[in-house]
Amino acid sequence: MSPLKHLLLATLLLVGVAIMIEAVILLPPEAEGLQPTVSTHLGESGVSNPVTAVLLNFRGYDTLLEILVLATALWAVLAVGGTAIVPRPQPTNSLLAALTACLVPILVLVAAYLLWIGASRPGGAFQAAALLTAGALLLDLSGYNPIRRLSVWWLRLLLLIGPAVFLGAALLCLRYGELLTYPAGYAKYWILTIEVACTVSIGFILLLLVLGGRPGEDATTERESVM
Amino acid sequence: MTTAQFFAIIAIGVIGVGLHALIIVPHLLRKLMALNIVGVGIFLFLIALASRTSSGEPDPVPQAMVLTGIVVSISATALMTALIRRYVALTGKTELPNRTDEAPSDDT
Repeated sequence: MSPLKHLLLATLLLVGVAIMIEAVILLPPEAEGLQPTVSTHLGESGVSNPVTAVLLNFRGYDTLLEILVLATALWAVLAVGGTAIVPRPQPTNSLLAALTACLVPILVLVAAYLLWIGASRPGGAFQAAALLTAGALLLDLSGYNPIRRLSVWWLRLLLLIGPAVFLGAALLCLRYGELLTYPAGYAKYWILTIEVACTVSIGFILLLLVLGGRPGEDATTERESVM
Repeated sequence: MTTAQFFAIIAIGVIGVGLHALIIVPHLLRKLMALNIVGVGIFLFLIALASRTSSGEPDPVPQAMVLTGIVVSISATALMTALIRRYVALTGKTELPNRTDEAPSDDT
């Protein structure tokens, strides 16, 4: 890029930034937004954390589509041809093995806590899933690869259980009224079921996205050819 | 200037820096990082402006939107990384072809 073009680009960007800053300065210092509306209806949502209530009840379709976006991204990554991943050798470092054995159970415990506490405090399915993914990656990097030995049918089940349960719940709600409007009084159980299923699936989808394809590619193709 | 406005202005700066890098840098991985910086700026902008309520309890709707946005940005990043790897594997290049670069090679 020529210096003149660069100067032009910088000027344009600075003008844009200046306009946006001016817009922010002109904003009224206080704005209620939807906070009062959410507070009023929080009691009906089945959870006491307003963000969880918005995510899984008031705007549940956002979260449903979010899970589908994750799943679609994974399909796209697999379609682009995630490179085959060779299983790592078992670690010879005993310190690494001991540390992994210590950390992974703690990560699983904290993930379960985050999932449960999401109803009343910051936390929830995605945060718990991110921790599970971290634990699984730690296992994988240390050479313990139980996930790479899973059969392709187990993988499909674990990947799809979240989107399937969420979609199923959304459709089942049609029987009681509108799409994703949980029956009154039972919202808590619906949300919890969806969150648990989604945690499992999001965790696996994130893990496979990081690993860049199907785990144990060679073993999987072998199994499929057997079938 | 309130705290919310201060952080919103910082966020605009981050978006500007990210946009500049997205256009200027040729390396695809750096473009991806620049895109993520733009995303972080947008998230910060939404979170900052969500805290302007009189009750002191922030508006949960923008916060939920940011949470969803983070997931979408992770998906997009993973997909783009896979596409970049594929592109590098096919062409051996880490940059997209440039019109000014291509023109002379067509003549020769």
